[in-house]
Amino acid sequence: MTAASDVSSHAIARARWRPAEIAFWILALSCAFLFPSRYLIMTDILRLALFTLSLDLILGYAGIVSLGHAAFFGVGAYSAGLLALHGIINEPVIALVAAGLVAMVLGFLTSFLVIRGVDLTRLMVTLGIALLLEALAERFSNITGGTDGLQGIEMQPILGLFAFDMFGKTGFFYSLIVLFLLFLLARRIVNSPFGLSLRAIKNNPLRASAIGVPVNRRLIAIYTIAAFYAGIAGALFTQTTALASLDVFAFERSADLMLVLVIGGTGYLYGGLIGAVVFKMLQELFQTITPQYWLFWIGLVLVVMVLVGRERIHRWVLWVPNLVIRQLFGRKAVVAVPESDAP
Amino acid sequence: MTTLFTILFDGVAYGMLLFVLACGLAVTLGLMNFVNLAHGAFAMTGGYICAVLVNNQGWPFFAALPLAFVTAALVGVALERTLYRHLYTRSHLDQVLFTIGLTFMSVAAVDYVMGSSRIFIKLPAALEGQFDFFGVGIGRYRLMIIVICGLLTVALQLILAKTRFGSRLRAAVDDPRAASGLGINVPQVFAFTFAFGCGLAGLGGALSAEILGLDPYFPLKFMIYFLIVVTVGGSSSITGPFLASLLLGIGDVAGKYYVPKMGPFVIYTIMIVILIWRPNGLFGRAAAR
Repeated sequence: MTAASDVSSHAIARARWRPAEIAFWILALSCAFLFPSRYLIMTDILRLALFTLSLDLILGYAGIVSLGHAAFFGVGAYSAGLLALHGIINEPVIALVAAGLVAMVLGFLTSFLVIRGVDLTRLMVTLGIALLLEALAERFSNITGGTDGLQGIEMQPILGLFAFDMFGKTGFFYSLIVLFLLFLLARRIVNSPFGLSLRAIKNNPLRASAIGVPVNRRLIAIYTIAAFYAGIAGALFTQTTALASLDVFAFERSADLMLVLVIGGTGYLYGGLIGAVVFKMLQELFQTITPQYWLFWIGLVLVVMVLVGRERIHRWVLWVPNLVIRQLFGRKAVVAVPESDAP
Repeated sequence: MTTLFTILFDGVAYGMLLFVLACGLAVTLGLMNFVNLAHGAFAMTGGYICAVLVNNQGWPFFAALPLAFVTAALVGVALERTLYRHLYTRSHLDQVLFTIGLTFMSVAAVDYVMGSSRIFIKLPAALEGQFDFFGVGIGRYRLMIIVICGLLTVALQLILAKTRFGSRLRAAVDDPRAASGLGINVPQVFAFTFAFGCGLAGLGGALSAEILGLDPYFPLKFMIYFLIVVTVGGSSSITGPFLASLLLGIGDVAGKYYVPKMGPFVIYTIMIVILIWRPNGLFGRAAAR
């Protein structure tokens, strides 16, 4: 067996759908029917999950630390808002893709700045780009509405058939379908040879380039794709809430995003989705306990997670499911511990 | 012409202030290679301590300043010994997450204790107003800041260059293993430096309440400025961050005066351009550690 076919058979084996994954998506769909009064919060979770998926692609798979991922979210949100407000593209699905493409172009252009330098420079550059866009959005308040945000966005029915209702039912199914489709795409990407080469880069860029992986081009590609995902998430935000204001660019949004991904675990696609669910639940819990000071508890969660060690926490959480699987099916645990971060 | 001098003067005062606020970060981030995004929280601690002492306890302003320094330094050393030192060897991602968490906690905690509105420190009458110097309006408070921060800068440079502790610190930074082999207690040197940097930040926070404004969101609002000072200035000496702070201060004040609507835009653009052009900072050394 040649090395190439060995790699592909390995990749195909990894890409196979597992029962747990199918169960996950059935559970997600059944939530729609179990909690019909909670569409708004569930839509919020779906948007956050998509946004986190985007960060996972660059942080978990390619190892690019970004503190300004909200830049693409914001660009997507404003693009979708402006397209709908001025009636340029009325159909939400086309507008969604268009907004994603705008963010993608921005991601492609800024990727050249981001791939240069070490972690620290990347942090600064990504943070700087997000702040720059926020300053720009504030400066051109005649276009963006400034601190008031875009007002009076009217969303047309999806595909001309499904109108957005005030309970958010349409918005929820719309977001769920978008998330699922983009998840399929991401799953395809990370299990492809391209995805494997990204992992190689993350583990050791020097060695990856020595075995012939074009490191910079791969990083530019994944950064651009991630920007597209973040733009779609931002556009979904505008379309389902009919709102776009300056805080889409806020630093807190990028920082929260990091927390979401870290809760769920980096380097596997479900990390972002699980993290989004847990984060939103935590946020709801803290907000009901202390409406004004929930930021404190979020901060505490971050500090404790880092001090205890992210991998250790994930092992504790997965211990029970793994035990059940071992006892019931008598085979090796399917619920795997996410790949650890290279130091 | 006189407005130009006034802008220059205000800019220098602002830059000096930024230097005192950020030079502790230059040590942790630049020299110890630890991404400490919570640096502003120490500055805020000093600022609020000073405000409480002056406004509520009736202390004189100049007596409260040293206490702001000491309190911030004590908080710094306590956190360094208990939490930070476990993270020196961890990945940058962990350090970022941890310090963002600390920043969030400090923001909410100060909001809880002191309220969310902006706080002012009562200044002695001698520091208020301004006087004319050949037609240039000189603010007394800003003049005091320039004097204090100028003296501090000279003192820091002397400590680093001339004293035994300074040479120990430089040795520990250049090569921790060799330094500890020579009998230098590297963790102790780092802890002391960290505490001193936090103290300076606290002092800067107390001084900046009048100019930058002090509210619970201070650490988040000015985080980017501190980072700019360090990354643009580089970390090989304290003159780099010092010049970077002056540039940033003058640039920011001039930008806000001449192109008021583009103010922050100018600063961020300059920062990104410099980082692309010289990833190790304007005055940094070539080798990335």
